[in-house]
Amino acid sequence: MSLFYFVAFLSVFFSLLVIFSKNPVHSVLYLILTFFTFTIHYFLLNAQFLGIVNFIVYMGAILVLFLYTLMLMNLNTETEPVKSNLLKIIGVIGGGCLLVTLIASLKISGNTEPVILRDPNLGLVKNLGKVLFHQFLLPFEVSSILLLSAMVGAVLLAKKES
Amino acid sequence: MQHISNAIQTIPLNHYILLSAIIFSIGVMGVLIRRNAIVIFMSVELMLNSVNLLLTVFSIYRNDAAGQVFVFFVMALAAAEVAVGLAIIVMIYRNTNTIDINVLNRLKW
Amino acid sequence: MELALVLEKFILVAIIFGISLVTAMYSTYAERKVAAFLQDRVGPNRAGPFGIFQPMADGAKMFMKEEIIPTQSSGLLFIVGPSLAILTACIGSAVIPWGQKLTIGSRVIDLQVTDINVGILYIFGVVSLGVYGIMIGGWASNNKYSLLGAIRAASQNISYEIAMGLSIIALLMLTGTLSLRQIAEQQHGFWSNGWFTWNVFRQPLGFIIFIICAFAETNRSPFDLPECETELVGGYHTEYSSMKLGFYLFAEYINMFISSAVMATLYFGGFNFPFMHHLGLSENLVTILGVVALFIKIIFFIFFFMWVRWTIPRFRYDQLMDLGWKVLIPLAIANIVLTGVFATIFK
Repeated sequence: MSLFYFVAFLSVFFSLLVIFSKNPVHSVLYLILTFFTFTIHYFLLNAQFLGIVNFIVYMGAILVLFLYTLMLMNLNTETEPVKSNLLKIIGVIGGGCLLVTLIASLKISGNTEPVILRDPNLGLVKNLGKVLFHQFLLPFEVSSILLLSAMVGAVLLAKKES
Repeated sequence: MQHISNAIQTIPLNHYILLSAIIFSIGVMGVLIRRNAIVIFMSVELMLNSVNLLLTVFSIYRNDAAGQVFVFFVMALAAAEVAVGLAIIVMIYRNTNTIDINVLNRLKW
Repeated sequence: MELALVLEKFILVAIIFGISLVTAMYSTYAERKVAAFLQDRVGPNRAGPFGIFQPMADGAKMFMKEEIIPTQSSGLLFIVGPSLAILTACIGSAVIPWGQKLTIGSRVIDLQVTDINVGILYIFGVVSLGVYGIMIGGWASNNKYSLLGAIRAASQNISYEIAMGLSIIALLMLTGTLSLRQIAEQQHGFWSNGWFTWNVFRQPLGFIIFIICAFAETNRSPFDLPECETELVGGYHTEYSSMKLGFYLFAEYINMFISSAVMATLYFGGFNFPFMHHLGLSENLVTILGVVALFIKIIFFIFFFMWVRWTIPRFRYDQLMDLGWKVLIPLAIANIVLTGVFATIFK
């Protein structure tokens, strides 16, 4: 139980570091740590498949792409564009307002029931696969078209016009 | 796996929602205060992930696997989004030699 | 979770960790001996008989060397890089089934640290994390060559991961499970129902794709572009010295060991060996012979890695990308389709 609060603290801490660190490469590295804490959250919820997919897709592929792009452009603290302090404060206040609104609506709903894992097999590959390939077969196929079109789009965009 | 299911039994749903709300707001703040296009993009990923976590929690709470399947789709979408988005950013960098989004308010260069 | 189980797992982890390190150490020796053999030389032969103490001498040299941290490097990350490389190399061994169950007295000991039911995906995740050690180290060195090496490592790993994942999918279509232990047990013995039980005979194309990708993922020659010394002066570890360099080299050998173990488990029957249950041996003896069989397979694969390294020259970078995207990925997809057709016909 206390493990959850510790990991939750780490997620918030690292995600704050993501947006406040000056160097974009450090931002990516903190984002990796944040996503790692998310993986731990998934495992604590016994959503093993999602945990490992989060691990592979986010940490293993998406963030490597981010890091790759940053290294390719060789960005660091000197080239980092900085907003004026006034805009920064306004931005933080704006985000804070959103947070306060969310928390207030949460207070009104007043739900304090605990999350109970009724079926331990819920997040396992076998169960999720059955749901994915029966109930969600069409969206699954459509998502493959989405990935294909994204691939074509990325190749087309990154190609140099000769 | 028994000890894992015991571990989450005592955590109220509220606290999960709170965690997701905080991380979502941090993502929003990141979009507002940074000018580097890639860091803004990363903040968007942070927001997507907080929603993913919340979907998983609700899926466990309601004992319905559909929520977790939805997270799977969000991840597929995020992968596609990153591929296209980073390609666009690389193009912008090639043309303007910067990834400051304030440069993009010009309609031509 | 009683104490005895914790103790048992702890001892198992310690043994596996020790074996990984010793294997990695002696791989460096084996590499030099194999290179010498292939080039008709003698190789290291001064330290001890046949030079078998050479790894110790090398290790002592690594520790004694001066530690240089470039002033322009980004301090902490420069140290995190090699640590992460060796960490990700070591944790992969947790899900590999090293043998069947061993019975000592009344206690049944499982020769596998943990049998999670997403074992293959775990291996896959750890492999995809492996690139961070190289990327962080290369970036933190603040050196053009290192940065180029890091960028090459990233694009190479991502490209070959796709083909690797697709080749594993074809295998999973036949096995129907993600647990490495179940996959190993399905390949029981050597021959049953009129065909070989080992997966390599059912997935020959998949195995070839997998082993090529394993070469690329472990940055071994002919895919060692991130560290090629002729153009990048050592690539991502140009700036490293002393034991930090040692960690990078060690991580490569441990990766080689782990990927050999994975290949042996997925495609070559793991701890199974021919006629294992027709010799009339006791269960424990069969288990121990199984562990020996697995290690023989692993050593063969490590030898194969070295054989290829000293035989085939390095790829050019565009050839590497062409091979990954235009050859291996279409082949892997074709393999999935073929596997599907065969699985439906011979159901």
